Amino acid sequence: MRLPRSVTEMLLAGAVLSGFALAGSALVAYVHQQTRARIAANESAATRRLLDDILPPGRHDNDMVRDTLQVTAPEMLGSEAPLTVYRARRNGKPVAAVLTVVAPDGYNGAIRLLVGIARGGELLGVRVLSEHETPGLGDRIEAGKSDWIRQFRGRSLGDPPQAQWRVRKDGGAFDQLTGATITPRAIVKAVRGSLIYFRRHRTELFRKQDTD
Amino acid sequence: MQDKPYFAIARDGLWNNNPGLVQLLGLCPLLAVSATVVNALGLGFATLLTLTASNVSVSLIRKLVREEIRIPVFVLIIASFVTAVEMAMNAYFHQLYLILGIFIPLIVTNCSILARAETFASRTDPARAAADGLAMGVGFTGVLVTLGAMRELLGQGTLLANAQMLAGQWGQHLTVHVIPDYDGFLLAMLPPGAFIGLGLLLALKNVIDDRSAQRRRAGSTAVDRTETPVEGGAAA
Repeated sequence: MRLPRSVTEMLLAGAVLSGFALAGSALVAYVHQQTRARIAANESAATRRLLDDILPPGRHDNDMVRDTLQVTAPEMLGSEAPLTVYRARRNGKPVAAVLTVVAPDGYNGAIRLLVGIARGGELLGVRVLSEHETPGLGDRIEAGKSDWIRQFRGRSLGDPPQAQWRVRKDGGAFDQLTGATITPRAIVKAVRGSLIYFRRHRTELFRKQDTD
Repeated sequence: MQDKPYFAIARDGLWNNNPGLVQLLGLCPLLAVSATVVNALGLGFATLLTLTASNVSVSLIRKLVREEIRIPVFVLIIASFVTAVEMAMNAYFHQLYLILGIFIPLIVTNCSILARAETFASRTDPARAAADGLAMGVGFTGVLVTLGAMRELLGQGTLLANAQMLAGQWGQHLTVHVIPDYDGFLLAMLPPGAFIGLGLLLALKNVIDDRSAQRRRAGSTAVDRTETPVEGGAAA
């Protein structure tokens, strides 16, 4: 039986198209295979660099990138999705936790932060993971661009008192940035939220990995 | 098209039919990623690589693909190469990859790549297609980098800031602080700066073209009235 000419042509076109789809997928799969390990290493190296910046390596002896926990607390940590907590230990005893926190109300979308908190509830440091703030104004929250983010070091929920956890413009204790108030406001709020979260959940945060 | 001379291919890509200045294609990444020279170079190279690879492949398969399905096939080819380039950048230029973010996958939608596949590469041999991809890619990168240099210089008084993201450790020494203790000029770094900068570049190109056309007219006497028309805006 002979198929009509138009049908064979269609089938042929379909075959050629699927051939290309297959070849394209093969190329992508091959490159993925070749780069996967390197990409994973890059990502954990980048995280490790940030963690080391918050918490000098001498204070703990575990690999924080491997000692993690996923937590979800939308009201305090600003995200519906699970966020990673990195735990620092020395001789197996908890030293500090570094929380991934989202400030959802940045000037230009969500700002992701790393907030390092010592076991006693004192801030070790805050660093920006990702932001889309205005270049030259809001983006001075980055540690590489100004010292603003370093003012959190050593603070805790009682210092300043909770009512003072605002930017100066709102009657609080924290400096804003010249020309940018919304960004610092969002960050102060996010840092305070993570301190409250830490106080409420400290024991659970340091529990050994439950199931892995 | 089949036997377009190589020097014409190069001249078109770099100047006469430049994707950024004449065809005005791929403006979204051009405007968004040209805040600094290093970002511009990164995106420029990624585009150049994709453009050349897709041009060569399209040219190689030009006799195999039926008219009706050529566009889906071109899109498949371009998307595969862009994904591969994206993963390679993530692996080898991780920091730059993080900064360029969404604009690397968006190279797929840079219409100048599909335009070259359709209007040139699918009608010529692989060597010419490669030359065209290179010329257009270099032309695009050139505009990106020029705009990036203008904006970075005006915006923050440096050139090649963060070069270590492209060149590794020694790249740090490449950064030039042209104006020390510069306060910065925010407008240049923001999107309006990109539009104004591109406008100035377009004006400059038109002035140069006008001048050289005038000179040519003055040089050739009334005997030769056939002015060589520039093959501009072919794909617009």
